[in-house]
Amino acid sequence: MYLSELVKLAGVSGNENAVRSFIKERIAPFCERIEIDSMGNLMAFKKGTNNCGKTLMLCAHMDEVGLIVSRITEEGFLKFKTVGGIDPRVLISKRVSVGAAGLPGVIGRKAIHLLTPEERKKAPKVKELYVDIGAKDKADAESKVAVGDYIAFESAFVPFGDGLVKAKALDDRLGCAILLELAQESCPWDVCFAFTVQEEVGLRGARLCARRIKPDMALVIEGTTCSDLPETEERAVSTRLGKGAAISLIDGATSYNRKIAQQLYQLAAKHDIPVQFKQTATGGNDAGIIHVSAGGIVTAAVSVPARYIHSPVSVISLKDYQAAKELTRLWIQEVLHADFA
Amino acid sequence: MLTLLKTLCDVNSPSGCEGSLASFIKKEIESCADAVWQDALGNLIVHKKGDGTKLMLCAHMDEIGLVATCHGEKGQVYVSALGGVFPYTALYQRVRFENGAEGVLVPDGQEADLLKDLKLSKLYVDIGAKDAEEAKARVALGEGAAFAGAYCEQGDTVIAKALDNRAGCYALIEALREAKKNKNDIYAVFTVSEELGLRGAKAVAESVKPDYAVALDVTRTGDTASGPKMSVRLGGGAAIKIMDHSMLAHPIIKERLQNLCKERDILWQAEVLERGGTDAGAIHLTGGGVPSGCISIPLRYVHTPGEMLSKQDLEQVVALTKALIEEGI
Repeated sequence: MYLSELVKLAGVSGNENAVRSFIKERIAPFCERIEIDSMGNLMAFKKGTNNCGKTLMLCAHMDEVGLIVSRITEEGFLKFKTVGGIDPRVLISKRVSVGAAGLPGVIGRKAIHLLTPEERKKAPKVKELYVDIGAKDKADAESKVAVGDYIAFESAFVPFGDGLVKAKALDDRLGCAILLELAQESCPWDVCFAFTVQEEVGLRGARLCARRIKPDMALVIEGTTCSDLPETEERAVSTRLGKGAAISLIDGATSYNRKIAQQLYQLAAKHDIPVQFKQTATGGNDAGIIHVSAGGIVTAAVSVPARYIHSPVSVISLKDYQAAKELTRLWIQEVLHADFA
Repeated sequence: MLTLLKTLCDVNSPSGCEGSLASFIKKEIESCADAVWQDALGNLIVHKKGDGTKLMLCAHMDEIGLVATCHGEKGQVYVSALGGVFPYTALYQRVRFENGAEGVLVPDGQEADLLKDLKLSKLYVDIGAKDAEEAKARVALGEGAAFAGAYCEQGDTVIAKALDNRAGCYALIEALREAKKNKNDIYAVFTVSEELGLRGAKAVAESVKPDYAVALDVTRTGDTASGPKMSVRLGGGAAIKIMDHSMLAHPIIKERLQNLCKERDILWQAEVLERGGTDAGAIHLTGGGVPSGCISIPLRYVHTPGEMLSKQDLEQVVALTKALIEEGI
């Protein structure tokens, strides 16, 4: 299964090399051409059977949120900054893997009994945390780690419950895995499988892909927030786990082409694929930059709900994963008949 | 009565739902264009052939509004903002969804408690539905809504909702119609989703690739008790932008506009706006950089259902835009 292998790889934004190599090797047999641009976006082109000269861009980002070493203390601890949106509260006591060598480490903070009453009331700040790699002093740490080294979460791919999976980096390796699986099938339009870099730090890679490919339509496959949890108001529930592929109508970065969103929803319903609209209007993904590029591009997003997203223990339902994959597979065929007006 | 302005204001066009307004404007300007088309986002582009220098004039079609994000068990329609909606302004306003369903934005709890720290997330739209099922049948998820605010003229002033930026659309349409000639290649663009972050303009700048750009949009005024400290006032004429939060107007554009005002005896005032931005803010950073500026229409109470402008100012803006089309950069 591509997904379980992909989430094992470290690919914090700007350091997508391992993910890119993995994908390149596996997608190459099924595509005519592969391009890697100056930022590291991987684009694999597959010729359509219909010869209509139109291109569908399928987009998934390779990067994941993580940390980066900013300083090494005298005692040999690593101070760090976050890369992408991370709630510092999820970091304490988590296992991490540091640098290209994957050095094991844990994230620490001053113990609870040493905190002042004021400190106890507040969420920790990133600057109060450190990574402990077991070094005996600064010189020891410096012999293994350098400032600027990436730090990725360390968290196994664990199936559990009713078809659920726990892992890090499900956002958006699940999109990468879906694209890899679908690349093996025929398509009527030309399809560009775009694996982007640096989505988590501001949709940076996707802009270049959109401009280079200038597709007639773009479909973004993503992991999205899922807040179907206790003590959450109905109106704050963006998606529900196990209720199918989530289609975006609006978020903080895109007001989606509603006609296309409706067609995607109806296509799923027609084929008994579980589907839901994403509620709430916040967040964003590569669609935000794609739809305003190259003179404007019709863009849609199909997502897999992920609880505890941007943490080392995101949770998805494999049913939702299958639903998103099947819907994307159908869309690749149906895009011929889509009404874009 | 400025019938065209009234009609433009009366068409609801919240961000992302500009289709009806685009169709209306297309009919209004087709006869004075060499070509008219819409791009993938819905930007309406009007081309008049000229000397090869591309001058892009922009006015955004969208207005602030709401979008349905969730239905409640008792028939509530929960919403998020499309653009800069202030909760205090929005409370108890009438709204109208795209398909015609009407409702009132009401507190989701005890008013006295909510007023202490009012947020849009503490309001919902009551459309008179008895349960979630009925609410879903009337208003689908993702449907946009506009605030109500009937159009009225009183002396020299116009009071209406959505004058931001139907006033700009009006001026661009009128100037296109009245212009007897045009020097440059004119790309008059009626853009989408400006209120969501200049999104339509970003896209269209990449396809038109203009040499120069001028946005027609509203600006705030400093002539009321509640307004910001700034010199722009109602009745002071067309405002030529010096700067706002998104752009410093390019000297080529600023000076050209000022000179056209002098040559044609058009009343103008300089505009320095601390906050806010316009489509020009997005356009000027595209390509290798596009010298850009703005012709602004002074507007009181921006982003409320009772926006107010001066007809004289609007006339001056039409005259200046017409002069720019005729004489070029």
